[in-house]
Amino acid sequence: MVKILIEVRFHGRGGQGAVTAADLLAVAGFKEGYYTLSFPMFGAEKRGTPVVSFLRISDEPIVARDEVYNPDYVVVLDPTVMETVNVVAGLKEGGMLIANYPKGSEDLKAELKADDLGFKVATINATKMAMEALGRPITNTTMVGAFGGATRLVALETIVEVVKEWFKGELAEKNAKLVEKAYRYMMEVCR
Amino acid sequence: MKQVVRGFYSVAYAVKLCKPNVICAYPITPQTEIVENLAAMYANGELGDAEYITAESEFGAASMLVGASAAGARVFTATCSQGLILMSEVLFNAAGMRLPIVLVNTNRALSAPLSIWNDHQDSMAMRDAGIMQVYVENNQEAHDMIPQAYKVAENRKVLLPFMICMDGYKLTHAYEPVDLLDQETVDSFLPPYEPAAYMTTRKPLAFGCYAPPHIYMEFRVAMQQAMERARDVMLEVYKEWAEVSGRDWGGHIVVDYPDSKIFVVAMGSVVGLLRKVVEELRNEGLSVGLIKIRTFRPFPIDELRKALKDAERVVALDRSVSFGYEGPVSIELKSAIYGHSSAEVYSYTVGLGGRDMPKDFLEGIIRDVVEGKEKPGFAFKGHHDFEEVVP
Repeated sequence: MVKILIEVRFHGRGGQGAVTAADLLAVAGFKEGYYTLSFPMFGAEKRGTPVVSFLRISDEPIVARDEVYNPDYVVVLDPTVMETVNVVAGLKEGGMLIANYPKGSEDLKAELKADDLGFKVATINATKMAMEALGRPITNTTMVGAFGGATRLVALETIVEVVKEWFKGELAEKNAKLVEKAYRYMMEVCR
Repeated sequence: MKQVVRGFYSVAYAVKLCKPNVICAYPITPQTEIVENLAAMYANGELGDAEYITAESEFGAASMLVGASAAGARVFTATCSQGLILMSEVLFNAAGMRLPIVLVNTNRALSAPLSIWNDHQDSMAMRDAGIMQVYVENNQEAHDMIPQAYKVAENRKVLLPFMICMDGYKLTHAYEPVDLLDQETVDSFLPPYEPAAYMTTRKPLAFGCYAPPHIYMEFRVAMQQAMERARDVMLEVYKEWAEVSGRDWGGHIVVDYPDSKIFVVAMGSVVGLLRKVVEELRNEGLSVGLIKIRTFRPFPIDELRKALKDAERVVALDRSVSFGYEGPVSIELKSAIYGHSSAEVYSYTVGLGGRDMPKDFLEGIIRDVVEGKEKPGFAFKGHHDFEEVVP
């Protein structure tokens, strides 16, 4: 068996659902036959403060519960976090930053000197999409969809299924649509 | 069926299957979601005729459980940290009254300074209470321990409280695959609780009352004897569990690579990563093994003597410290093997207040001992160097 271990770090602000984003992908990844583990780095549990959560996906049982220091992927749920937190710290060479960002991938790539540092960048305006669909800047489901589309690690149908189980009623439908839109958008960006 | 669930749920679901009569708790991070889940099950009518009582404090919660347990109820609570030590006055009583209360402690540091993060200082403060303590490695083990804890605690040879210790955040907040038990399996394993004696208006009894010098000591000797008997009862129950569930978690300790010259000893959620580190060091040809302590009370004296008989060095990792000495696991391990092993013991207190223990860090401290760069004795590992200002 090919041994894989994919490590992901999520950065957001309290209230945007960075923890839920990692959890949704843990459930979705497991549905696709991977072993998964997600857990938050808890800090001061306040809305608006920077929040970090982690996800591991593997084809063998996951025993490592230490924080993720060298992620394969970094997912940023809020562009303003990047002003105060070095979100790409430890990001693997050849890894990818998947960010909620109002401008294009090339803009962020230039700003972070990503080419010199050897990682890829893919952006999506998740805040705008979430505001349009939910009326709130809660970007977790959008970024879960974006992660799926950028990495193709988890199928769109699986994430949609998980989101529909996780949320209820109208919110489930709205978030499922957001996931699909973001997934397809990122598939284009990361073609 | 295996499902990805949060640690909290894996505990709450197992508690539900054990059909407790009274659940009483007070919220504290990182425990709250366990009792939130149970409260939701109660509100949805999923807990049968169980009573769910929200207490005004942990002291109140433990007190109500003592009353309920003395009246013959199967009871449950969960707490940690300041909540556990607030319960402690009552829990020492519960042990003395020989009440088979089962509680989950989601290990968290103690104040001050205030920390909501994980270490083992809280449960270690309860070391001498007369409460059985088992430390789990992952959420499956936490889930599986709940029915086993009731079965051990309620055994008439034992009748002592049982505390399952699971690392706060690292386990409680983690989503991971857990094979959730079904009611049939638990029912076939765990019979309803039949108390040896219980409070009732029909036959009034008193629990834990005044014992003058001529009789007090006998009660305490009996507690020790019960704890000693618990060793074998636990092993029987663990074995039966392996047969019923198909998951064998081992005995009081679990030894990887028993022929090693150097052993790492640890408890709790760090064991998984340590197993990986040790495996890699073995692949380099180093004679390093791992001992996971599951049962901390009663302490696995015979098992450790046997496992460390020919060991040359032991790295004991503690997640707490007895200020003025060293970590309790190290202290007890040394005491257990005294006269039975000539191994040098390296006692390291690590990971206090949620200080992360990355793979490189764990590997580094083991490697330093293997390469002879360290002297036996006590040290903190993983803290920043600082100059203490003595005013």
